[in-house]
Amino acid sequence: MATDTGTDSDTDPDPDERGGVRTRTRAAIDAPHLRTDRWWLAPAATAAGLLAFIVYSTWRAFANADYYAAPYVSPFYSPCLADNCAPMRNGPNADLFGSWWGISPAIIILVFPLGFRLTCYYYRKAYYRGFWASPPACAVAEPHKKYTGETRFPLVFQNLHRYFFYAALLVAGILTYDTVLSFRDEHYNWGHMGLGSLVFLLNITLIWAYTLSCHSCRHIVGGKLKHFSKHPVRYRAWQWVGKLNARHMQLAWASLVSVGLADFYVYLVASGAFDDPRFF
Amino acid sequence: MSGYTAHFKVWRGDVKGGGLEDFKVDVNEGEVVLDIIHRLQATQAPDLAVRWNCKAGKCGSCSAEINGRPRLLCMTRMSVFTPEETITVTPLRAFPVIRDLVTDVGFNYTKAREVPSFVPPADLAPGEYRMMQEDVDRSQEFRKCIECFLCQDTCHVVRDHEENKSAFAGPRFLMRVAELDMHPLDAAEASGLDRKRTAQEEHGLGYCNITKCCSEVCPEGIHITDNALIPLKERAVDRKYDPLVWLGSKIRRRGADS
Repeated sequence: MATDTGTDSDTDPDPDERGGVRTRTRAAIDAPHLRTDRWWLAPAATAAGLLAFIVYSTWRAFANADYYAAPYVSPFYSPCLADNCAPMRNGPNADLFGSWWGISPAIIILVFPLGFRLTCYYYRKAYYRGFWASPPACAVAEPHKKYTGETRFPLVFQNLHRYFFYAALLVAGILTYDTVLSFRDEHYNWGHMGLGSLVFLLNITLIWAYTLSCHSCRHIVGGKLKHFSKHPVRYRAWQWVGKLNARHMQLAWASLVSVGLADFYVYLVASGAFDDPRFF
Repeated sequence: MSGYTAHFKVWRGDVKGGGLEDFKVDVNEGEVVLDIIHRLQATQAPDLAVRWNCKAGKCGSCSAEINGRPRLLCMTRMSVFTPEETITVTPLRAFPVIRDLVTDVGFNYTKAREVPSFVPPADLAPGEYRMMQEDVDRSQEFRKCIECFLCQDTCHVVRDHEENKSAFAGPRFLMRVAELDMHPLDAAEASGLDRKRTAQEEHGLGYCNITKCCSEVCPEGIHITDNALIPLKERAVDRKYDPLVWLGSKIRRRGADS
């Protein structure tokens, strides 16, 4: 016996006006989806995770305090490019912006990793699904009446991902330098190590893994080629990046957590809430 | 697990209307959803329309939606459901329905015809083609496609926006463009056809927002998004959005994509 999920085109409002899966020519089913699993869990968890990081990083980026505790500098404030930066001996300071820059110096540099992650192919999927419900999940109808994807302003700028990748390489290089500097003590003597050094080491490893697993990186190192056989070195590099690329989502999350953790560690030490345990 | 009686809801109707019809039907160990649909035909609904062929996940005929998820009827084991679960089977919801579980997938054949085919190299005769395995690995992954059109069905660009069907080829045929653009002997560029540019300008690559549903539903496990669509997007960026690549291609005689 037929249930009431169907519509009769002779009596009901024109389904074409509702569009999508309710278009008149398609199977007459009113429900926007018939999924019975917990399809909402993944986008909800993704949105919650990203939102938590946005709140935390916004607070820390605008705080302009507790970001340096020798020998550690928060990854949110490195490199520090304004006159109002905390003095860091041999640290990633470069007074490029001078004294006119009045707000937190983190804002200057965070634009680049933020742009890299915003235009990242994984994060695009994550926030298109989690925040924009476009679509919320596979075969679950999206709520938008029109859709132009990445064909128009502003989303056409997603195509600039590779430029943010280049910037992310520079930032990762500077964070590597910071990690090396963390093998000093609070008096800047070399050959020491604390718990913070381990936190920095973990963070920079994940940052590099995420950066190099980027789809644009995969394209640049070899994906753009038509004949791998003519470029054996680039072919090997493409294969290697491809292996990392298969874990891009996991690396995106792991590096997001680790960079927040590294910043929080510096915050705890700089604010005096925690003493950095020294190993040697 | 021995046999049990399952509760099925199967969409019945045609383009004029229809609805979900309830059935109680026997299920035996080792069966797939297509077996149950055939049992319904044999015992309760002899006029139930369903398209099927190989029953081995290779012909791509029995695409449908099971509990709202695009799947092959013949590759969905009944053992993934609990005996208490109601199983809903509907036709593909992105395409016009013909009758019951059968849809008109002509959209896909229209899109297939819009992709220019392989352009043979001018300096090689048939039989003289030689290719290195590493040069064809990428294309061979895409050749696993059985054209079940589940990716086309689940892609929200056309599923949720009928008006985009004219502009968007869908993941299956963008993958075809990628396959040809990566083909070591395709001479399209020499003949004046720039597949990287036409992917964006004629086949609607920009509509794809890489939410990966095509990869999720592919019964062949092809990494459509990561290995075809995103590489094709990067190739389109080379042509249309990256001034450095453009400059490099002007300075160097050899093409950047050799």
